[in-house]
Amino acid sequence: MEPNIVEPDKPATASGLDQSVPLSNHPLHLSPAYKSTILRSPTRPLMLVPDQMKNLRMPVFGDSCMGPLDNDLTKNARKNGEPIGERIKVAGRVLDASGRPLPNVLVEIWQANAAGRYIHKAEIHDAPLDPNFLGAGRLLTDTEGRYSFYTIKPGAYPWGNHYNAWRPNHIHFSVIGPHLDQRLITQMYFPGDPLFAYDPIFQSVPKHARELLIARFSMNWTEPEFALAYEFNIVLNGRNQTPFE
Amino acid sequence: MTTLPITPSQTVGPFFAYGLTAHQYGYDFNSLAEGELVDPIAHSAELIYVSGQIFDGNGQPVSDAMIECWQADTQGQYSTKPIAYPPHQASFTGFGRLGTGTTRTNQFTFTTVKPGSTATDSAPHINVILFLRGSLRTLYTRLYFSDEPKANNQDALLHSVDAERRHTLIAKKSREGHYQFDIHLQGSDETVFFDL
Repeated sequence: MEPNIVEPDKPATASGLDQSVPLSNHPLHLSPAYKSTILRSPTRPLMLVPDQMKNLRMPVFGDSCMGPLDNDLTKNARKNGEPIGERIKVAGRVLDASGRPLPNVLVEIWQANAAGRYIHKAEIHDAPLDPNFLGAGRLLTDTEGRYSFYTIKPGAYPWGNHYNAWRPNHIHFSVIGPHLDQRLITQMYFPGDPLFAYDPIFQSVPKHARELLIARFSMNWTEPEFALAYEFNIVLNGRNQTPFE
Repeated sequence: MTTLPITPSQTVGPFFAYGLTAHQYGYDFNSLAEGELVDPIAHSAELIYVSGQIFDGNGQPVSDAMIECWQADTQGQYSTKPIAYPPHQASFTGFGRLGTGTTRTNQFTFTTVKPGSTATDSAPHINVILFLRGSLRTLYTRLYFSDEPKANNQDALLHSVDAERRHTLIAKKSREGHYQFDIHLQGSDETVFFDL
């Protein structure tokens, strides 16, 4: 059986428009190759809002929200031993588009285990759960916008979008930036994954922006005899103007 | 000035619950925000309940969405105090988060107080942020209150919405202290979403 190759994206803006206008890096809401978008994406144009609304300050989270092992997924759910799989470090910075580091930002992650199994109760993929791995973590970025997690490299997993559909290895990220327009949920992928060409969720991102979702292997941050390291920087919307504080 | 490329958005997917709403779904991981935006004991006299469902293009309720609320207090002030854990140390956070997969009808119910106006041309409202499997982007909308007709009439943002779609942003008072706010992703009552 031939693999079900995802059709290339349409450009993010209609052809004929001024090509000097930067294309959005975000997927379109409707991305029919990812079938769930068909009944779940808005069909009417989104309403433009004043900057004042975009600039609304979001909640901030205190240090008391963070448990000592919350950013170490290899330790935060141990029951009777260590989780199985390849231990890795995932680290980077959260910045805005102007290059400003964003401190004290809540970053939450969740992922499948090394066998490609999510612990979620609705998950039916026939791969083993790991009694010592939950697959969820969180942290607050430091004063330089930096973050760092230890985790287990997630496995690929099959899903029902089309015949023989597999998700590339990925880690889900949820980020609450300081302003309302900086609320982002995304997925981080690993370099060189052969499933990129077949995954309609990855392919929903305009071609020019896809590499932004792929972590960079970092020999510098790799810890000898402990864990390979991947760097993944997250860039949120910048500010059009200095908001009145 | 540097301009860095924005990180693209991706779907929250179907399996967020054990990470983002763990306590609500019974997973062994604490949750920083749930359905209570206030300490219900400290605010018992002024509590309101905001309930609703999220409907797809076939009119089916969505069982795997996550909805966040962020609002001002009764005086129209947003809390700037860091959210603490365990919860309820602060009497008001203004921030809530629920998944839609723990009730039979996929209903969410937030417990809060009615926010005050944040500006003279702004009616009491709650900022609503929605994520779900099948949505590749952050969906933003706003919830206004049906028993604030005068304030709603003077609200600049609500006024800029097409008159025939305005009702999609207004939670209906069903009985004292209870409001119904359904979100329609598509269809004739498609909710107005904002471009942020």
